[in-house]
Amino acid sequence: MVRGARAPSRPPPEHSRTKANPVSETSPAPGGPTIDEQAITAAVDAALAAIAAAPDTAALKQVRIEHVGDASVLTSANRAIKDLPKEQKAAAGKLVGQGKGRVQQALGARQAELAAAEEEAALAAETVDVTLPTDRRPRGAAHPLWTLTERIEDFFVGIGWEIAEGPEAESSWLNFDALNADADHPSRSHQDTLYLAPEDSGMLLRTQTSPVQIRAMLERGAPLYVACPGTVYRADEMDATHSPMFNQVEGLAIDKGLTMANLVGTLDALAAHLFGGAPITRLRPNHFPFTEPSAEMDFRCFACDARHGVEHDADPDCRVCGGTGWIEMGGCGMVHPNVLRAAGIDPEEYQGFAFGLGIERILMLRNGVPDMRDMVEGDVRFSQHYGTEI
Amino acid sequence: MPRIPLTWLGEHAELPTTASAFEVATDLSRLGLEEEAIFGAQVTGPLVVGRVLELVKEPQKNGKTINWVRVDVGPEHNEDADNPKDPQPGEERPSRGIICGAHNFVEGDLVVVSLPGTVLPGDFAIAARKTYGHVSDGMICSGEELGLGPDPDGEDGIIVLGRGHAKGLTAEPGDDAIALLGLADEVVEINVTPDRGYCFSMRGVAREYSHATGAAYTDPATTVELTAQPGAELEVRLEDPAACSRFVALSVTGVDPSAQTPRWMARRLTLAGMRPISLIVDVTNYVMLDLGQPLHAYDAAKLVGPITVRRARKGEKLTTLDDVTRTLDPADLLITDAGGEGDRVLGLAGVMGGEDTEVSDTTTDILLEAATFDPVTVARTARRHRLPSEASKRFERGVDPQLPLIAAHRAAQLIVEHGGGQIAAQVTDAGTVTEPTPVTLGLHDAERVVGIAYTDAQVIDALEAIGCTVERGEGETLLVTPPSWRPDLTIREDLVEEIARLVGYAEIPSVLPTAPGGRGLTVAQRSRRAARRALAEAGLIEVNSAPFVAPSIHDALRYEEGDARHRAVRVLNPLADDEPLLRTELLQTLLPVAKRNLGRGEESVAIFQRGSVFLASEAGTIAPVPAPAERPSDADLEAIHAALPVQTTALAAVVGGSSGPDSWQGEPAPWGWADAFDMARRAAAAVGAELEVRQIERAPFHPGRAGELRVLTADGDSIVVGAAGELHPSVRKEFSLPVRTAAFELDLEAVIAAAPAVIRAVPVPTYPPAKEDFAFVVEETVPASAVEAAILVGAGDLAEDVHLFDVFTGEQIGEGKKSLAYAVKLRSPEATLTAEQIGTARKGIIAAVESAVGGVLRA
Repeated sequence: MVRGARAPSRPPPEHSRTKANPVSETSPAPGGPTIDEQAITAAVDAALAAIAAAPDTAALKQVRIEHVGDASVLTSANRAIKDLPKEQKAAAGKLVGQGKGRVQQALGARQAELAAAEEEAALAAETVDVTLPTDRRPRGAAHPLWTLTERIEDFFVGIGWEIAEGPEAESSWLNFDALNADADHPSRSHQDTLYLAPEDSGMLLRTQTSPVQIRAMLERGAPLYVACPGTVYRADEMDATHSPMFNQVEGLAIDKGLTMANLVGTLDALAAHLFGGAPITRLRPNHFPFTEPSAEMDFRCFACDARHGVEHDADPDCRVCGGTGWIEMGGCGMVHPNVLRAAGIDPEEYQGFAFGLGIERILMLRNGVPDMRDMVEGDVRFSQHYGTEI
Repeated sequence: MPRIPLTWLGEHAELPTTASAFEVATDLSRLGLEEEAIFGAQVTGPLVVGRVLELVKEPQKNGKTINWVRVDVGPEHNEDADNPKDPQPGEERPSRGIICGAHNFVEGDLVVVSLPGTVLPGDFAIAARKTYGHVSDGMICSGEELGLGPDPDGEDGIIVLGRGHAKGLTAEPGDDAIALLGLADEVVEINVTPDRGYCFSMRGVAREYSHATGAAYTDPATTVELTAQPGAELEVRLEDPAACSRFVALSVTGVDPSAQTPRWMARRLTLAGMRPISLIVDVTNYVMLDLGQPLHAYDAAKLVGPITVRRARKGEKLTTLDDVTRTLDPADLLITDAGGEGDRVLGLAGVMGGEDTEVSDTTTDILLEAATFDPVTVARTARRHRLPSEASKRFERGVDPQLPLIAAHRAAQLIVEHGGGQIAAQVTDAGTVTEPTPVTLGLHDAERVVGIAYTDAQVIDALEAIGCTVERGEGETLLVTPPSWRPDLTIREDLVEEIARLVGYAEIPSVLPTAPGGRGLTVAQRSRRAARRALAEAGLIEVNSAPFVAPSIHDALRYEEGDARHRAVRVLNPLADDEPLLRTELLQTLLPVAKRNLGRGEESVAIFQRGSVFLASEAGTIAPVPAPAERPSDADLEAIHAALPVQTTALAAVVGGSSGPDSWQGEPAPWGWADAFDMARRAAAAVGAELEVRQIERAPFHPGRAGELRVLTADGDSIVVGAAGELHPSVRKEFSLPVRTAAFELDLEAVIAAAPAVIRAVPVPTYPPAKEDFAFVVEETVPASAVEAAILVGAGDLAEDVHLFDVFTGEQIGEGKKSLAYAVKLRSPEATLTAEQIGTARKGIIAAVESAVGGVLRA
């Protein structure tokens, strides 16, 4: 069983051995020395003919034995030279040596030729069909929503922000009250928000990732630059454009002297990152409890002619922008002083902006996903198509 | 949401005649009134006024008589001469010939002619056509054909100017009848945000239009003549002045009950989305749409004063105008009078009136109510009774408290104008109007927030344009008093938004802020990515599933009584009544996804998901809701965190069936329990953690083919972070999965937390290793991990790698026993191992295995 300790030490170097292999000093061949020029020439010719005729390396090996082997005419003649009279030795040596040299050269050349041909034939015989499928264990795939989320995270990390997270089952205070939503705000209704039992538990499934903003402000204070991606829930029935569960990414920047111009700059950079090209964004006044001033953000359509600028008309049949030239991306604005106060930040010292976008919506627009349900139902074919890219 | 007919808008703001609905919508959208829909013109093309020059009655074989008519449609549209093959009746003059089947007109009448090229409602295109032996070069139109509805006077036939639909109208032949009859009206429907209640009126939208375009604007509230003097004509008691701060009551007597709503008003109501009903009701609605003040008209003959505005009493009932009898809530605000048994409920304040005092087709004396109600009270009542009326929509968003007296007069005047009667000389005006509170604004506040260096003039002009009174305050400040219709303007940021809006959001420059520099992704964020990626690369497909489950899932997964996974969080108002719980384990929603995929034609399953799981908190079930005015106390924040469910990110996978397609390379191996463990280990390895496996019995797994997954924490404790194994056959059947389907689930956050922050380097010795093979015979119940652990102990510091390469059972080994074969690689960092060292290590290993698990070296 033991199979170890096979090479406990390295073998010694082989300095002492000589490489040369001197001609052995054998006794002369019996029968007397005769070197017949004709016979030598004939032997050489016969050898050359045999070499040329050898069809493969195996036959060539036989030819070598027959024509230059120990028993061959040429080898015998070579052996006989030493027994010749002194004055004949030089001529005979030359004769035999040259003849044998020619034969050896031809042998070498033929050997190389045949070996190459044989290898070629052998490799040709091993030819396979490389177009055969190699899908014995197919590669898996990532869900494109998370791949896209990672891209968005990378954008924010790239501009020096951090990624903040929080729980999906959240307190009402963090989801609504801290965000300046008054007690009667319609979004609090049971038609819009999923609450946790029992009645008045003060807990819900978060309807936005904004509570993460509050958590970040409470925990880290200002200045603060965070993006908050995550899953949120609404009491919406599932259809092609709605899902009770979807994903958002919100951004929050709090610092001294931040303005709406900084909000526009951030959105422009994000739009370029997501959809490429020269970004064109537009803000329209809107109303949200947690921002003042508030705005709706539109990105210029990246799909039709509208992408070339506001002076270029949109394609009336454009499926991305619906012919308006603009894509509604979400809400944004300057953080309401009440929100800052609830999160323990002095609005007289700090101000900032916030915005939110739907990640499913971005995937639908960017990659042409036609139906919200595709992203939620977990059909493997949906993910498989993307591999690990989007 | 409000629908704005352009011609109505143009009454208050100067609208270019060429302005299209699309342009108006774009202008309004710039200021924050988003377009919901655009309704185009009803009639297009050459619809003109014509004068009947000649009229010949031609009886037909079918018994009908048709009119063969020569019509003057103006110089622009007339044919200079008759077609010789089809001459028109009477003297030849510039005109057109038309066939008409109606008989309510005579020569000399002015009528409405749709010439070829006109498109009538219903996409009805008019062309010249031959009929009854003549070419009819157009059509003389009825009100129905133009979409105006039946003749208001009941006349049968076509429109004759001066009568019916065209009462009071006159024109010349060739005049555009589309404009004349108001058929060109385009309508823009806008979305009004909750802070802009004033835009629920033409008055408010016209003001916004003037801000957007600079168009001249006349506030219609300033042009109403107030005739009635304040006085107590009817006593009104306001029991809850916070809920009803003002109540105006104005009487009109002697109204003709048969009076009709004028055509233009009915038309505007229809365009604005309301149904015309009767003159009195229509006028109250019209004034509401125009000014924004909801009004209610009572049949004065049925009222018994005084009127009391009070909260409801428990058990009180009211039958509202929609014919529903409702039980009232003590928080509902009511209008009541002394009728009935002396205390009668007339209506839900600001929401809907009752049947008792409804105006009818015999009503001649009315009382108009125009009041100011508290938005929250109205909103709650409307929601409680599911009664979102036009009135409640406006009160919820706030109605200009200066309007009641103006609106009541305007309505009374319109009723008298179209229905006759007398407006009372005195008007009851109970309650008070709260004056808006001034807001102090720094001259540079807008610049500080928006990033545009607004001039003083821009700041002041914008505020004055929206109706504010602006005075200079101390230093660089302004004292800004908002107008009565803007209760939303309470802090300086509100004013900043107005300045930014009026100057234009489009003017804001784009400046990417320079963040101080973050620390990149956290370890957990990077690790979650790595775990997902590892499983995808290993052949699993990531899927998604929602966390909602039915209680029955706990049984389907065979949780025993007392299993912590029964502690599910319940949703109070679930989307589906049969799925009220949140998953306590990711497999609860991942197994159904596996089933769905197989149902859709997949033949095997290899899926994974990363998702939240929720366990109800043991600490408490109520999270406090502190006041939002300031940072909550630490105690409150702690109580919130303690009440929340215990949540973590789980990573789970299900693998079953063939691990690949049938292949020319050989039969693909089926997924099995070992793959589940391998996948779990790969995911853990991807985040830098190592899993230890221990045999257990745990749902939803096969009792003999499950293991718990453990990690060593930084403190050196071994904690359970998940489980893996082959699914129990009944679970597998429940979800119609392939035989031997396996799964794992990990608490990903716990695995990540167990990974070392820094992976220390190990020496890489260049001395040769010694490879020793062992086969140990042990009891079948001995886990391989225990044998391996013993080998490591026995080998001491020399063990570089221990690898099990064969498991063998059979007769040679003996019943209840198994042989485990290991290849052990030994190496010293100090020198080449001697035969003696190797022998010592071998003996140590054999002894350790024997003493730890009773293993015997197989000969």
